[in-house]
Amino acid sequence: MSEVIVVTSGKGGVGKTTTSANVGTGLASLGKKVVLIDTDIGLRNLDVVMGLENRIVYNLVDVVEGNCRIKQALIKDKRYPSLYLMPSAQTRDKSSVNPGQMKKMIAALKEQYDYVILDCPAGIEQGFQNAIAAADRAIVVTTPEVSAIRDADRIIGLLEANDFNKIDLVVNRVRNDLIKRGDMMSINDVVDILSIPLLGFVPDDENVVIATNQGEPLVGSNTYAGIAYMNITKRVTGLEVPLMEFPKTVTFWTRVSEIFKKKQEV
Amino acid sequence: MKNIFSVFKKKKSGEVAKDRLKILLISDRVNCSPEILERIKADIAEVISKYMKIDVETMEIQISKTGMKSMNASKTPTLYANIPILDLRNK
Repeated sequence: MSEVIVVTSGKGGVGKTTTSANVGTGLASLGKKVVLIDTDIGLRNLDVVMGLENRIVYNLVDVVEGNCRIKQALIKDKRYPSLYLMPSAQTRDKSSVNPGQMKKMIAALKEQYDYVILDCPAGIEQGFQNAIAAADRAIVVTTPEVSAIRDADRIIGLLEANDFNKIDLVVNRVRNDLIKRGDMMSINDVVDILSIPLLGFVPDDENVVIATNQGEPLVGSNTYAGIAYMNITKRVTGLEVPLMEFPKTVTFWTRVSEIFKKKQEV
Repeated sequence: MKNIFSVFKKKKSGEVAKDRLKILLISDRVNCSPEILERIKADIAEVISKYMKIDVETMEIQISKTGMKSMNASKTPTLYANIPILDLRNK
């Protein structure tokens, strides 16, 4: 049974593309056949996050318009042989594709892949409608901020209106130091407000920036975000994985520096 | 539903964010602006005032997504009104 999952958020810049790249790569590392589709026409980015930007020949719009076959537009990942990327077009706009065309293309892809992951553009306009048209499951990405949560709530409403029955939440860029201080909503607060199942959270980790710089998804690496994304990936497949512990190193070093400070004071 | 003690304690920004969101999302979800809620409140107050003396200043109304226990649909938006009665007798 193959699954079509749309990764969406409403608000831009909360980590849709990073989540798509890492969950897709994670699923491939578990041996699944995965195709990642960048549906952000005009503002493509999944290719650079995956480090595959130099291999693009054809794109999603070419497939839809019949300029090439689906297979010609698929870029094989350099790390996992069962992972493919369909890049978006950079010089076109969202109206180049309609929901019917997306459904048709994804129906063809569904037959050959275990997971079709759609990286949705920000907003609730045509790009969003195209991305959700063929999906049967959604991952809503948010950060513990008022604006991102408000938009996520709107997106959840729209997904429910489009008869999605599986909508899961990923809370990104969580900072435990701020939560402890009371200056950030906790994961429970966010889940409580949005009232959809939690697929996982990702700590705010500089390794995400480093990984994006290098075009290497960090899922599975020995970093907090890498572990978090691997846990999320496993939960996507239906495995039960307990929520990870918050980064301890931060508190450990904080303690060490506190000890030093105290010594200096003495 | 403000706690009396919260008046004396300065709220942390995380809590402020949560409280603001809760109110914001209620109006977002039902597509009902705070102004309309305010008008509903005024109308309810007017009707109830025909029969008993109520405290219009402290009355509260809100739309919650939790729904009532008796209803099967757990996410039915429900209008809650909290109206303190000052005098039960007819005016």
